[in-house]
Amino acid sequence: MSANGNMNLTLKVWRQKNSQTAGKFETYKAENISPDMSFLEMLDVVNESLIHAKQEPINFDHDCREGICGMCSLYINGRPHGPKRAITTCQLHMRSFKDGETITIEPWRAAAFPVIKDLAVDRSAFDRIQQAGGYISVNTGGVPDANEIPIPKVIADEAFNSATCIGCGACVAACKNGSAMLFTSAKISQLGMLPQGQPERYRRVQSMVSQMDAEGFGSCTNTGACEAECPKEITLTNIARMNFDFFSAKLFREEEIGEVNHGG
Amino acid sequence: MSELKQTFNSSLGKKLIMALTGLFLSLFLIVHLGGNLLLFSNDNGYSFNMYANFLTHFPPIEVIAWLLYATIIIHAIYALLLTVKNRQARPVGYAVTPKAPASWSSKNMGLLGSILFLFIVIHMGDFWYKYKYTHSVGFKEYRTNLSTGERTVNDFTPQKDDFEHSQTFDGDVEIIKVKDLHTKVAESFSMPVYVIIYVIAMIALSYHLLHGFQSAFRTLGWVHRKYLPIIQFIGTWLFAVIIPLGFAAMPIVYFIQSLK
Repeated sequence: MSANGNMNLTLKVWRQKNSQTAGKFETYKAENISPDMSFLEMLDVVNESLIHAKQEPINFDHDCREGICGMCSLYINGRPHGPKRAITTCQLHMRSFKDGETITIEPWRAAAFPVIKDLAVDRSAFDRIQQAGGYISVNTGGVPDANEIPIPKVIADEAFNSATCIGCGACVAACKNGSAMLFTSAKISQLGMLPQGQPERYRRVQSMVSQMDAEGFGSCTNTGACEAECPKEITLTNIARMNFDFFSAKLFREEEIGEVNHGG
Repeated sequence: MSELKQTFNSSLGKKLIMALTGLFLSLFLIVHLGGNLLLFSNDNGYSFNMYANFLTHFPPIEVIAWLLYATIIIHAIYALLLTVKNRQARPVGYAVTPKAPASWSSKNMGLLGSILFLFIVIHMGDFWYKYKYTHSVGFKEYRTNLSTGERTVNDFTPQKDDFEHSQTFDGDVEIIKVKDLHTKVAESFSMPVYVIIYVIAMIALSYHLLHGFQSAFRTLGWVHRKYLPIIQFIGTWLFAVIIPLGFAAMPIVYFIQSLK
């Protein structure tokens, strides 16, 4: 460690030109890194030196940098969003690492999340799942009164917990099957538990599951890795809830989504 | 594609089939263990042989048995289908081994299931197939004095090839001639290699059910804080401890007896 308490690190970073070319790991030195920097700020410093050396900077996703947008990703030393629980990579600080440590940084690995460049992956599969049914129909007009529809506190809380999903994809990255069930089930739950979400409830679960399958995600083995790695601590219970609604819809309900051509 | 076909071709539909077949097989294990505890009844195999004879000659049990074999195959085929699809979902793996805290058994259900499938083939080939379709299993004749309850046992060789079993009376004495699976079991379990195969398989069964039983309920969507602890308790103590221990005790006890 240098005199000012800053750290020197070795980074093994996945570099890949685009989705068509094969990628490989490159090793970089990250020197004079303040322990108070966020992980992304550390990468900014590395990129600055790469740009000064006329090299291609490391491509990675980021946006709000305060843990609510779901844009940052990174599979750091075998864990999505790094070693700490319930935070995103932008909330991860360099004090969580030791001076002299080698850090391996990989992109999310899933067939449904193709690498765009380096560490940035295309998560538009999540958008398409959301578009397949993650909405409610409301009448236009004046603003309704608050609390017009009575909702039990426990239900409101549980729906809110599901709604905290930021769609970052850590669940898919952590799952040994590359399954998107934690994401999809959270999005289904947040609407399906509330009165406003009832009219589309049984069509929604069928459409969103169907889209999830079409995107090429795996299925759920209930290992719980997704729940453990989720920065928003979305629980496995959401998956059970989705399953129950899906089977109810398919086996006991009138609502049908008709022909789906993308297979299972 | 029809709606129903679509349902069972979806990822959740395939998991539903896994859960239902898995729970049916779990239920069978209780019955199987219960019946096989007769191996410990210490009556020269009388109750066990009568039980084996009942299972193979009572038509409703025959129907359930074939349903059971079909269930094993469906469970295995769907496991294979799901595994292939799950592998396709991550064509490029990680360089660093994932460190997410997940139980070993939950991550190795395919391996454990393969061990169990191999075991079932050996197990059924050795007992079920030989009992039903070959003449390699001998016969016993049990003479029970109905007034005193005294019972004697003798080896018996049937005259006709297709002889299965008979019950006749000689005054107060009931004479039962039945296939002697008990001796076949004792022979197999006197061989160390069988004991090892059975014990390994029961360890695999324990880990398979430790995850599988409670996971099936999650797949069905039956998760509630009120009864989840009960399911986990049953899954752990009954299915991952008592049942595998009960089954493993049979080859072990018979092996020890064979040393005397």
